[in-house]
Amino acid sequence: MNDMRVVERDVDINELKMKARDVDVFYGDIHAIKNVDVDIEDKTVTAFIGPSGCGKSTFLRCLNRMNDTIDICRVTGTITLDNEDIYDPKVDPVQLRAKVGMVFQKPNPFPKSIYDNVAYGPRIHGLSSNKADLDQIVERSLRRAALWNEAKDRLNEPGTGLSGGQQQRLCIARAVATNPEVLLMDEPCSALDPIATAQVEELIDELRSQYSVVIVTHSMQQAARVSQKTAFFHLGELVEFGETGHIFTNPDDPRTESYITGRIG
Amino acid sequence: MPLLWTLTIVLLLGAAGYVLGRRRAIASAGGDVRLLHSLPGYYGTNVAMFTIVPALLVLSVWMLIQPMIIQSQITAMISDSAIEAAGSRDLVMTDVRRVANGLDSAIAEGGLTEDEARALRTDSSDIRARLAETGVALGGDVTPEVLNAAQQYRTLSRTGNLLLSATVLVLAGLGLGYAYSRTHQEFRARNAVERAILSILMLASTIAILTTVGIVFSMLFETFNFFQLYPWQDFFFGLEWRPSFEGGSDLGLIPLLWGTIYISIIALLVSVPIGLFAAIYMAEYSSKRTRSIVKPLIEVLAGIPTIVYGLFALITVGPMLRDYFAEPLGLGTSSSSVMTAGIVMGIMLIPFISSLSDDIINAVPQSLRDGSYGLGATQSETVKQVILPAALPGIVGAVLLAASRAIGETMIVVLGAGAAARLDLNPFEAMTTVTVKIVGQLTGDTDFSSPEALVAFALGLTLFVITLGLNVFALYIVRKYREQYE
Ligand SMILES: Nc1ncnc2c1ncn2[C@@H]1O[C@H](COP(=O)(O)OP(=O)(O)OP(=O)(O)O)[C@@H](O)[C@H]1O
Ligand SMILES: [Mg+2]
Repeated sequence: MNDMRVVERDVDINELKMKARDVDVFYGDIHAIKNVDVDIEDKTVTAFIGPSGCGKSTFLRCLNRMNDTIDICRVTGTITLDNEDIYDPKVDPVQLRAKVGMVFQKPNPFPKSIYDNVAYGPRIHGLSSNKADLDQIVERSLRRAALWNEAKDRLNEPGTGLSGGQQQRLCIARAVATNPEVLLMDEPCSALDPIATAQVEELIDELRSQYSVVIVTHSMQQAARVSQKTAFFHLGELVEFGETGHIFTNPDDPRTESYITGRIG
Repeated sequence: MPLLWTLTIVLLLGAAGYVLGRRRAIASAGGDVRLLHSLPGYYGTNVAMFTIVPALLVLSVWMLIQPMIIQSQITAMISDSAIEAAGSRDLVMTDVRRVANGLDSAIAEGGLTEDEARALRTDSSDIRARLAETGVALGGDVTPEVLNAAQQYRTLSRTGNLLLSATVLVLAGLGLGYAYSRTHQEFRARNAVERAILSILMLASTIAILTTVGIVFSMLFETFNFFQLYPWQDFFFGLEWRPSFEGGSDLGLIPLLWGTIYISIIALLVSVPIGLFAAIYMAEYSSKRTRSIVKPLIEVLAGIPTIVYGLFALITVGPMLRDYFAEPLGLGTSSSSVMTAGIVMGIMLIPFISSLSDDIINAVPQSLRDGSYGLGATQSETVKQVILPAALPGIVGAVLLAASRAIGETMIVVLGAGAAARLDLNPFEAMTTVTVKIVGQLTGDTDFSSPEALVAFALGLTLFVITLGLNVFALYIVRKYREQYE
């Protein structure tokens, strides 16, 4: 924890992008998220940290209604995106997910070529007018995900043939290509080497100029490096949420302190 | 000694070997199982295997070979005049076997003693009558030569069987002894069992392959005979199918093949879309509850015997198609038609396609769906662009399975499309398929030396080659796809 650099942060207040109030999530009888309130600001990186199984992924999946695909999962409370309730029956989850993109914990490239993987979102949402346009989107996304150099000569080869870390970057490129307003990343660097991790962190920092990013991570250093806000979850509860600098240097809750110094986990 | 006994004794020896081997292994480790290389059960299994497997192998090979040897020895005994009198060597041999079996059953029922059977003479007793008493009917009087041969046959079989039992039992004992003596704390029984299991598995697949080869060869042989009697060009390229048992028939394959392909294509056109869409609905859209009701209901279709489908074609679909489509459109007045058979066969194939595809679609990992939904794709976009491509190899397999069923189907064709071979484009005409004609050529009084009967084998072989080609093609597609996407 000694090398933890708490970088200079612009503490200027950004406008609120997403707001969660009194969110509870149940998997059948399991109460996975207990009464959580979180604010996701625009043009900000928010980190979710906490021990394994505490509900980080579950909460992240609430933010783009991915939990709808799990039969036994029930979400209560309100979550808004730009002051609109995303669980309102009027809201189309498909539309929502185009705005709130997601990179999953496990890499899940489609059984298609690398090119088609990245072009998937733009094609569905009609983001390109012609082939050249699409080529450009694909190249830019792959570059941002730090995969271009490795992939540029094998764009037509299957995405599933890449290594685990490359697949994860492909999934990041795929999510970025759709141009979301909020990007949810569930442990995007867990399979990456330090170099690729640094590149992805750079990307996150770059994305911050336009979008808001929510990242789940088990690496305290990473949370400290890339995020401006940090939320610490423990056993389904949100223990502490605030400025990253504050959480890492001067946490209010003893549990947060023990976790970031490595005593519980 | 009857075979069953030999078998039982071998198995008992094996069981004893298991117990002994296990016990010896444990004893060799001084009672401490942890000192053994393998678990005690492996030592037992190893001994049991050495006891049973070689013995059974010899048993089965022997049983295959013994009849052949006896047959050839007896055949050599029979004089040419006897053969001439009976018509052919095979007929004489049949007689010999019947008399031998008759004597056996007479002894078993107590009508004769062993010695009496051996001492029987044609001049001293009416064998035909005596055997008839015990329920064995013979076609004609037994000649001394046949009786003699039959008695010889019995003697040879008896000696053979005795020798067999002795060999097998000795072998089992040797195996047991050998494996038992090798059983020791250090012996790697686990590895030995592993190797043995491997060879059993290999044996099983070899048998499967050899059987296929055997089938092909028997067909090849008859087909070859057929082509000696009938020019192959006329068979493969003939446009007429007009067999007549007085000779001079036209045996062209094309009309039958055309009927087969036409009906199969219609069947697939009906079943693939319906089956696949039903599968997609069940796997992707329906709730668990609906699925648990719909799937078994569809599968009920698979349990209906094809003859019932045939009746449905004959009395319902056929007349309906004729009255509402064929006649108003001026396309024919026949109620048996390619369309009828094709549609009904398609209905029959729906559960194959839907059930298999449903399983395959369900096997596509949820993470792929999540990935697609997470990018804002709708359900149908996800199905079309991610799930179906991922499931494609399996679906191709399901379709080809359905295609081979369609090609091999007979009952629905007979009742739905009739048995008239015709080369026509009109789907409302009666036509027929290869399988129907195979049955047709082989039912009733058939003379297996005429081209009209032998053509059935040529047809069968052709079908075999076609389905084989279909499978190879499917493999090719699946593999190509795999290379691209996995
Ligand atoms: N599909 C599911 N069905 C039932 N229970 C689930 C399901 N997904 C998650 N859970 C439960 O919800 C709780 C939170 O899980 P979640 O995946 O959100 O944890 P996490 O914080 O992301 O952990 P990790 O850091 O290991 O990824 C766990 O107790 C888990 O067992
Ligand atoms: Mg998780």
